[in-house]
Amino acid sequence: MSVDTATVRRIAGLARIAISDEEAARLAPELGNILDWIEQLSEVDTADVEPVTAVIANALRLRDDVVTDGGIRDRVLANAPQAEHGFFTVPKVIE
Amino acid sequence: MTDLTDLGIRGLRDGFHAGDFSAREVADAFNAAVAAAKPLNAFIVETPEHALAAADAADAARAAGEPAKPLAGVPIGMKDLFCTKGVQSTAASHILEGFTPEYESTVSQRLFDAGAGMLGKLNMDQFAMGSSNETSYFGNVVSPWRRKDGGNAALAPGGSSGGSSAAVAARIAPGATGTDTGGSIRQPAAFTGISGIKPTYGRCSRWGTIAFASSLDQAGPMARDVRDCAIMLEAMSGFDAKDATSLDLPVPQWEAGLNASLAGKRVGIPREYRVDNMPAEIDALWQQGVAWVKDAGAEVVEVSLPHTRYALPAYYIIAPAEASSNLARYDGVRYGLRDLPDGANLQQMYAQTRAEGFGDEVKRRILIGTYVLSAGFYDAYYTQAQKVRALIARDFDRAWEQCDVLLTPTAPSAAFALGEKSADPIAMYLNDVFTVPSSLAGLPAMSVPGGLDAAGLPLGLQIIGRALDEQGVLNAALAIEERAGFVARPARWW
Repeated sequence: MSVDTATVRRIAGLARIAISDEEAARLAPELGNILDWIEQLSEVDTADVEPVTAVIANALRLRDDVVTDGGIRDRVLANAPQAEHGFFTVPKVIE
Repeated sequence: MTDLTDLGIRGLRDGFHAGDFSAREVADAFNAAVAAAKPLNAFIVETPEHALAAADAADAARAAGEPAKPLAGVPIGMKDLFCTKGVQSTAASHILEGFTPEYESTVSQRLFDAGAGMLGKLNMDQFAMGSSNETSYFGNVVSPWRRKDGGNAALAPGGSSGGSSAAVAARIAPGATGTDTGGSIRQPAAFTGISGIKPTYGRCSRWGTIAFASSLDQAGPMARDVRDCAIMLEAMSGFDAKDATSLDLPVPQWEAGLNASLAGKRVGIPREYRVDNMPAEIDALWQQGVAWVKDAGAEVVEVSLPHTRYALPAYYIIAPAEASSNLARYDGVRYGLRDLPDGANLQQMYAQTRAEGFGDEVKRRILIGTYVLSAGFYDAYYTQAQKVRALIARDFDRAWEQCDVLLTPTAPSAAFALGEKSADPIAMYLNDVFTVPSSLAGLPAMSVPGGLDAAGLPLGLQIIGRALDEQGVLNAALAIEERAGFVARPARWW
């Protein structure tokens, strides 16, 4: 499958990764080759097969609906690139 | 006295317990070995003070007559995928450079609770994506092994747990944690002449382990021999309510259960693992492995795993898809890198941070994952891959009607030179051709050294077992280990 640079740009936009024109040109054939290679899966007959949800059978557990942690605001914020007044801060979103 | 760094986990544990040496002497010896091995670039961060603190605690407990913990006196290396409280944890990425967790991963906590100290955080392929340790932001790990051709080419230690494999092979750590998503414990173990086991999916908690592909990621030990792996795996395993896929089962006593007799066992040889262009030396080692398990009393049967050839392409849909989702969390807001050009808005900040923070292979996989999950393609790629995964798991289920474990090569070649395969992503992905199928099926699998190739480089054999049958895997690996008599080690050049 050929992948064009417009597709690379669209996917990179969805993935929130900035790419240059140069990178898009380099990535297009690279991704195309990988997609060509994984394309061979389409030849497997899976008409009667259910997709895997868990390879090792394991029932999802429920626990009591109680608070088990919290009160650690400063630890949550400790690694933030920018935090002020007990909040994560980001560039202004609403003008 | 013998050089303490020549001892493995059992030797250190038993020698400490017997009073032959103090834990502090052990920690000093390994700290010095780590400090002297900078050319390997195996560690991103060294933590000699952590190893010493654990050693002093062990010595004090021994002096007070308290019962010894299972790993008292044993310092280990910790793959940088495990979050360690107060110690930088980056997954060898720029985007997490400087990230210092406020919490401890379950696996590292269990090891510390068992008395182990930490020598440092081990280098790896960035976010565990790679098979050669060339995708780390902190530089390549160099294998301690060299070809005996006098060329001194720097060789890959395998990946993604390449710092772990290099450190254990170079005897600067008696054991190390690894993680395995598609072969990241077994392939580096094979490349460096050490042992490593990926247990059944769910045995080791994933809590606090930086996520790559959540349905595949599984921690395990890498050490010098099978017994050392059994000892370390016991300490790492166990139920954890903080991981929804953790198996709520008791941890078997794998070390006590070790038994190298394979009498009454059937060892399967999957015919589809005879791939094109397999080096004759790998095939010869495989045949040697067959002879060894027969000698240990096993019956050898040929089996078929018909969907084997589809495992790698399925993996390269499922793993990138899960990675693209898991790595969405790195946005420059809550932790790690933020790149905010003047005047940039929030969306531009996300895109710029991720462009700066992720390496090329990580970006490639995020883009592939985003593509296969995007509207209109989800069923054709992701759903189809998960159906093929079901067929691969069914192949193994049918094989278990005929045999107890499977014997295969671990990797299709010995270690290659750094730079030799990095230009072609698919050539690199093919390294995992023998390890990925068992990962997709969640099965326990182990690599054990079998011998050396003509260039003097280690080759590994892989044992794959039924779900939860780590004991059967360890025992078959032990039978091979006893017969292989692998004692080669890299000559020190660093």
